[in-house]
Amino acid sequence: MHKILIVGEHDGKALNPATAKCVTCAKGIAEAEISVVLLGADTSAVAAQAAALAGVKSVLRVDRPENLHALAAVFAPQLAALAADYSHVFGPSTSFGKDLMPRLAALLVVPQVSDLMAVESAYRFRRPIYAGNAIVTVEADPARKLIATVRVASFQAAPSGGSAAVESKTLNVPLPSHTRYVGAKSGSTDRPDLQTAARVVSGGRALGSAENFKLLFSLADKLGAAVGASRAAVDAGYAPNEMQVGQTGKIISPEMYIAIGISGAIQHLTGIKDARTIVAINKDGEAPIFEVADIGLVADLFQAVPELAAAL
Amino acid sequence: MQKIMVCIKRVVDYNVRIRVKPDGSGVALDGVKMSINPFDEIALEEALRIKERGANIEVLAVSIGVADTQQQLRTSLAMGADRAILVQTDAAVEPLTAANVFLALAKRENPDLILLGKQAIDDDANQTGQMLAAIWDRPQATYASKVEIAPGKATVTREVDAGLETIEVDLPAVITVDLRLNEPRYVKLPDIMKAKKKPLDVTSLDALGVSAGILLKSIKTEPPAQRQKGVMVKDVPELIDALKKKGLI
Repeated sequence: MHKILIVGEHDGKALNPATAKCVTCAKGIAEAEISVVLLGADTSAVAAQAAALAGVKSVLRVDRPENLHALAAVFAPQLAALAADYSHVFGPSTSFGKDLMPRLAALLVVPQVSDLMAVESAYRFRRPIYAGNAIVTVEADPARKLIATVRVASFQAAPSGGSAAVESKTLNVPLPSHTRYVGAKSGSTDRPDLQTAARVVSGGRALGSAENFKLLFSLADKLGAAVGASRAAVDAGYAPNEMQVGQTGKIISPEMYIAIGISGAIQHLTGIKDARTIVAINKDGEAPIFEVADIGLVADLFQAVPELAAAL
Repeated sequence: MQKIMVCIKRVVDYNVRIRVKPDGSGVALDGVKMSINPFDEIALEEALRIKERGANIEVLAVSIGVADTQQQLRTSLAMGADRAILVQTDAAVEPLTAANVFLALAKRENPDLILLGKQAIDDDANQTGQMLAAIWDRPQATYASKVEIAPGKATVTREVDAGLETIEVDLPAVITVDLRLNEPRYVKLPDIMKAKKKPLDVTSLDALGVSAGILLKSIKTEPPAQRQKGVMVKDVPELIDALKKKGLI
């Protein structure tokens, strides 16, 4: 049997959907016993959400005031103490998990499999390298604990319907004070979350300005879609960084991805290749985005986008 | 602040379209253009800007890899690093091994700050900086888009999924950098000439007491599944029809 600990991501109120995707990934390992650990100042609400995920056997709560903000230097030593009882520790391949999990792996002196995209066995996995232009199968030593980050775009969320036992843990682990949370700035939006949205409308450099970029919002609102951006659009200041889709931004897998004025650099395509349907609108018929698009339209976006929005 | 150590990785150039070897043994690297990992270049640029704002800061560029990695370190010196160290090895170096090498160098050099890219664009592991901070038992600030240095501490703005987060870390610390921190400078010819005279020491894993064990075996490397070629539509009404046919609207 493999005992798998999943590090749950949350904001104190809601469990991040990435956690349910990690559960599905862990279920791919035969004879897995799955636990979710939640660190926070008060994890009562999110513990109930984690306990409802089908396939989760137990939920561990580690509540202490120092855990209010997810600082890797504070979380990692606590997880290292907990990890003793587990063969695998998984976290999501989000900015939270990518920051935290390698610190944990190094404390345990074990390797990490980053961006795990497919499970072949308990110690054999597939992961993307070179911006997804190659897929490598890696095998870890079963004698060691295995740490991994799970590429959330590769897995469906585990359904609810579970009723895991919830247990509070007290860990007597000294915590460092050398790292302090100062604040956060997030683009508040009523639109769906880009990472998990079923539909995404995304814009590139061809939008030409932050003002023009707003053109996408009316289309997105008609479709109930999240809004994304290429690196070029973010670099040019048309859209904030949290909207970036691609190798170094968000890797997403929506049902429908509409790329508008995006040429389709390899690094961008990496972020969208798991989308069910890719729609591309671009003036340049030679743009590489058309090589991966399921539906392509060569057109001036400033005419096509309002026309499309009006017709919906 | 007296010394900043910047970790540099030699990788396949950003613009090269890589090819997977037909026998599945890896990615073809023969004759391929190699460069400084772009994120590490941004880390070096940041170190140079901190140096240019203050006085008497030494910028040390370090790397691990084959003998030819001296090329990337010479470029680092031409950009403005004062000194370089190559830990020469032909072995494959995993992130945990790299972290151990950088720890050994940190213990010898005592930098106030270690800067490196958030990930290398070859293995996309995104691990080395965090692992180094863990075993050095020092703070980490990953995905930096803004770095402000004050006596004994750094305030770092981080690019996170929800937007931007700011943390404060005591020095020494490890900072891994993201794309929008800065735009690296171009190297000028006179700087390339000057860089030839700057010290570049070569050492080995053995000399640092680090072994390059392989903890994750690569079984095979394959090209990714290709998407099917789609259809082109000629106008918006046709696009709407196509979307309806797929049940998307």
